[in-house]
Amino acid sequence: MTSTARPHSRLPAPLLALRNIIAFLWRTPTSAFGLIVLSVLILTALFAPWIASHDPYLQDLNNVLQPPGNGHLFGTDELGRDIFSRLVWGARITLRIVFLVTIVVGPIGLLVGTTAGYIGGRFDTVMMRITDIFLSFPSLILSLAFVAALGPSLNNAIIAIGLTAWPPIARLARAETLTFRKADYIAAARLQGASALRIIVKSIMPMCLPSVMIRLTLNMATIILTAAGLGFLGLGAQPPLPEWGAMIATGRRYMIDSWWLVTFPGLAILSVSLAFNLLGDGLRDALDPKQMNRR
Amino acid sequence: MQDPILDVKNLCVRYPGAPADAVRGVSFQLGRERLGIVGESGSGKSTVGRALLRLLPGAVISADTLRFEETDLLALSERDMLKVRGRRMSMILQDPKFSLNPIQQVGHQVAETYLRHFRCTKAEARAKVLEMLAAVKIRDPERVHDLYPHEISGGMGQRVMIAMMLLADPDLVIADEPTSALDVTVRLQVLNILDGLVKDRGIGLIMISHDLNLVRNFCDRVLIMYAGRVVEVLKAGEFGQARHPYTQGLLAAQPRIGGNHAPLAVLDRKPEWKEEPLP
Repeated sequence: MTSTARPHSRLPAPLLALRNIIAFLWRTPTSAFGLIVLSVLILTALFAPWIASHDPYLQDLNNVLQPPGNGHLFGTDELGRDIFSRLVWGARITLRIVFLVTIVVGPIGLLVGTTAGYIGGRFDTVMMRITDIFLSFPSLILSLAFVAALGPSLNNAIIAIGLTAWPPIARLARAETLTFRKADYIAAARLQGASALRIIVKSIMPMCLPSVMIRLTLNMATIILTAAGLGFLGLGAQPPLPEWGAMIATGRRYMIDSWWLVTFPGLAILSVSLAFNLLGDGLRDALDPKQMNRR
Repeated sequence: MQDPILDVKNLCVRYPGAPADAVRGVSFQLGRERLGIVGESGSGKSTVGRALLRLLPGAVISADTLRFEETDLLALSERDMLKVRGRRMSMILQDPKFSLNPIQQVGHQVAETYLRHFRCTKAEARAKVLEMLAAVKIRDPERVHDLYPHEISGGMGQRVMIAMMLLADPDLVIADEPTSALDVTVRLQVLNILDGLVKDRGIGLIMISHDLNLVRNFCDRVLIMYAGRVVEVLKAGEFGQARHPYTQGLLAAQPRIGGNHAPLAVLDRKPEWKEEPLP
């Protein structure tokens, strides 16, 4: 038994909290499923060179559109490339999109929401109207417009998705902040002489963090779908990158005769976005104090 | 009274959108003494306390004089006010359950005051906090330092609050009903600790309360407020000579051990008390 397993060891507090959260997620079958799928995804992305059976870019024109089996687990595509290997390498692209968008969107949304909520007044009105403008467009359409303006590439797709994904986070952070700003402990922090910035960073942001984390996890599913949608329309990752959405787009032409071209990337997108959704739900149950009684 | 710490003349506070001022023409001076402010709910006693610290967002505060030591509080910018709050004037809030940040260890919260106002290392601040926690009679400060607010009792929480607000050695402490959320048995203990610290360090204390007996036993002077105005000022020992009918009414409404068992007097509020000239 390690030191973290003892009930009163307080030293590695963040690790202990993480362990508790994972233990909680593990108890519910749905979030356990999400956890497993995402662990598999992360491991696949990390060890892609060892897991992939073929070079994802290697064409073999004598061996095109082969059905699954025969040395190719998921068959080959129209240029004779191994679909399984492309899926494995595609996990890296998917994770990169999700990771980059999340670390851009989280802090921006949190900062905009908490400052607007805490400072209030005209600043709040201006920030929230800007947020409303972004919210009033469907996110896929808005990212389409951004990519069309910036030019199609994977990085531009990431920027475009980032630009459309922060407003819900900002809204959420502001709503949370409004419930805390009148709290006595914020007044106590002001009584200690803390400035507005210090209160926002030290007292308000940590309070908003759980709900923002949940929202970000749920958002990841949308991010994957938007990225796949952009890839499908030819505005995200460019060939020959093995991006899942782009794989479906090219496979669409051969769909009637060669079902495996679209099925396996489709299943990958489905299971990963489902996993993020389930994990987000599980995290909400784990972190939301209002649902504690349901445990 | 030699050199008052706080000089307030004709203080008025109006909340945004309110039809009338919440505090109307309150004047008093405070030396290194313990001043009580009593009154019923809504009489403006807490508003006075918060107005002194300029903690009322949106409210309009006006006064002929609002002088704290050499500083004119009304003329200070918000930035300068940050240096006054916590460092020279601080306030003990009512309920430790709500006034301590639930997700921060209490020691870190207390240390904030010190880190904010003095240039020092974390280790120095920690030493100072432990010393202060010991001064508010917390046994085993090392252990309590690392606890979260939900892990300590109400009385302990209020002592932590006192430690937090006295850490930077202010000249004036406003205690806004510091014991009303506490159990009767710990009330006296907390008050004695506060009293001892205030006396030892020569801090001016304003005690806001609706508990007449507590204020009578604990303070040197008492302001009695009604409808945003001070209706009477009494020395603590002279409650028997209260002349204002409102004060007399408040005293008569107090139950007494061994008193007759007749129903207690009900306070009869007269509208002319709101307008009569100040004493």
